[in-house]
Amino acid sequence: MKQSVFLGTLAATTLFAGMALAQGTSTLDTVKARGELNCGVNTGLVGFAAPDASGNWQGFDVALCKAVAGAIFGDASKVVYIPTTSSDRFEQLTSGKIDFLIRNTTWTFSRDTDLNMDFVGVNYYDGQGFMVRKDLGVSSAKELNGATICIQTGTTTELNLADYFKANNMTYTAVPIETNAEGEQQYLAGACDAYTTDASGLAATRAAFADPENHIILPEIISKEPLGPAVRHGDSAWGDVIRWTMNALVAAEEFGITSANIEELATSSQNPEIQRLLGTSDNLGAMIGLDADWAKNAIKASGNYGEIFAATIGESTPIGLARGLNAQWTQGGLLYTPPFR
Amino acid sequence: MAVVTEEPKAGFRLGMLIYDTRYRSITIQIVVLMLVMLGAAWLIDNLLRNLDALGRGISFGFLWNRAGYDINQTLVEYTNDSSHARATLVGLLNTLLIAVLGCIAATVVGVIAGVLRLSKNWVIARLMTIYVEIFRNIPLLLWILMIYTVFTEALPAPNAFRGDTPAASMVLFDTVAFTNRYTAIPWLIFDRSLGWLPLGPLWLNLDLALILAALVGGFLINRTILRRATRIQEATGLRPTTWWQSLLALFGPIIVVFLALGTHLDSPSLQGFNFTGGLQVSNSLVALWLALTLYTAAFIAEIVRAGINAISRGQSEAAFALGLRPGRTMNLIILPQALRVIIPPLISQYLNLTKNSSLAIAVGYMDLRGTLGGITLNQTGRGLEAMMLLMLIYLIISLLISSAMNVYNNSVKLKER
Repeated sequence: MKQSVFLGTLAATTLFAGMALAQGTSTLDTVKARGELNCGVNTGLVGFAAPDASGNWQGFDVALCKAVAGAIFGDASKVVYIPTTSSDRFEQLTSGKIDFLIRNTTWTFSRDTDLNMDFVGVNYYDGQGFMVRKDLGVSSAKELNGATICIQTGTTTELNLADYFKANNMTYTAVPIETNAEGEQQYLAGACDAYTTDASGLAATRAAFADPENHIILPEIISKEPLGPAVRHGDSAWGDVIRWTMNALVAAEEFGITSANIEELATSSQNPEIQRLLGTSDNLGAMIGLDADWAKNAIKASGNYGEIFAATIGESTPIGLARGLNAQWTQGGLLYTPPFR
Repeated sequence: MAVVTEEPKAGFRLGMLIYDTRYRSITIQIVVLMLVMLGAAWLIDNLLRNLDALGRGISFGFLWNRAGYDINQTLVEYTNDSSHARATLVGLLNTLLIAVLGCIAATVVGVIAGVLRLSKNWVIARLMTIYVEIFRNIPLLLWILMIYTVFTEALPAPNAFRGDTPAASMVLFDTVAFTNRYTAIPWLIFDRSLGWLPLGPLWLNLDLALILAALVGGFLINRTILRRATRIQEATGLRPTTWWQSLLALFGPIIVVFLALGTHLDSPSLQGFNFTGGLQVSNSLVALWLALTLYTAAFIAEIVRAGINAISRGQSEAAFALGLRPGRTMNLIILPQALRVIIPPLISQYLNLTKNSSLAIAVGYMDLRGTLGGITLNQTGRGLEAMMLLMLIYLIISLLISSAMNVYNNSVKLKER
């Protein structure tokens, strides 16, 4: 009896202790030694991160995983995709199960400080919206007083919703759901009048409906949702790798480097900015512990930011998102990378 | 012949702790206990140290921060400005509500099914066997999801009640509406409400307290009347007619209270997106309650059947010989004796039901797991703390149920004199 209690305690506590394994060496060294990148992605949100028909992960977030793997190993395929739910994603990161988190996660003050994560940038500027059936006759979120609203629990959207209805002196009934699939089912069955989540997520969800034309996304965007990758707090060297890989993709679009012309530009470009980025002059890679051609490999993985956007969630895809805030600063958007020098 | 008589050595040597069989077992137990405690201390220390290294030391301060989220079923006052502790209390009350409703219904259904399974009527007995086997052998989560999905998919949305020729209509003289979100039923409104009495974190609803007092009072008066009738019956052999007195005692006080409070019914009506007025019983509550009830009742039926089978046939034969009808034999002879076999396993079924209610998360019913273990945990990121608190609360609820049932068990078990 005593022994079984002891073994039970041992097992239980080792579980917790294992969760909190101290991170001795830098994550970059660990990843290099492992030979694979553990990337924490969404369990399945078409356009951002979802396995395709043949089981390969595809999407906007997945492309960043590939780019980072490209920057580290020179091989974009060396990624292990680890699906995380909205409720377990932070534990997965702090426990070291994933090397970094890229899962439509909103950068907020408390997550950055209290939860001991470091957000290294924004890869998609989003905002929370509402989707309703067209025949409901609602054209503005302000008309949703008294409505029943489906919401994914454990997300920032839950708090935004409460704030928005309070600020506008309206009431609502929340139907809390765990996953996007469950939300879809409840919404389509009419168990809720409106479905709310990030506008990009709504577009992705609607694209998967049998009758997308019968549903509209209301014009109100009720919150700021800067989505971005996060690493563990204090893991700054590793954070630099993710941040600058992301910046490289943005800079590549700004400089007109695409997956089609990258080899040519790497050898022939006389533009010093492009030369520095692609590693033909100044060895920037060495400063973050990577090869000289790290950025080139990252861009080669699935193209520059604009190419990735167009291929996964852009207007020509079923999801059909406009660039909007996610255009280059030169085009009136918010994408603005610090200089590579 | 030299007999060496050695004086038994008085006193105690350290070696005796190992070699003396009187002390050995105690020594071993103490050593093992110390090792267990050392091991646990090392593991806990390890955990705390690692959490500290991650900057995630254990702290329960988050409980007093603003919760910021809304809960769709609140038995006590709650807004999104309330604290996480308050949200935990709301969740706890929702858990207790489903547990109490479930335990009562499961007991009723379980006893009926258990008795009927022993029925001499072949069809009824087989039907009950089918019920028990189906519900016992399919995971509870599937039942919860299935019942909820049936509600969601089969019932009309509130929208369908709109218009001149609505696709759906209310039932029971236009007072009850079954929708795929909730069942809207008429509810009592008190014109002369007594309001609330603040008592720490819980506010006492005076109307509810008065109604409960009237119910309990009526029940106690009725019991006195019945006891008096029994006394007269034992003394004279004639039982006085008491049915009108019982009716008066049971319903008189409550009717007086309702009249005094100015009670009338408020019927639900469709306004905007949803029904307003009356009471909206959410489908998640009903689905969870039905599933928990039917699932646990299947186990209780088996316990009841085993309890009844445990009573020797001689008891019922003796009762029949005395001329008691089968119904009275069951109520007066068999069930009271079967109870002492039934109660102990019944306790664990009540505990199971209470713990199983944490599956509520599957249908979005905001119980303790949904508030403290769900939204609060996610919003604050305090996973370890929230889970420890959750475990502690469930442990306390379970221990309370089990000790209350043990008290009851002591009162019905075979008195050995």
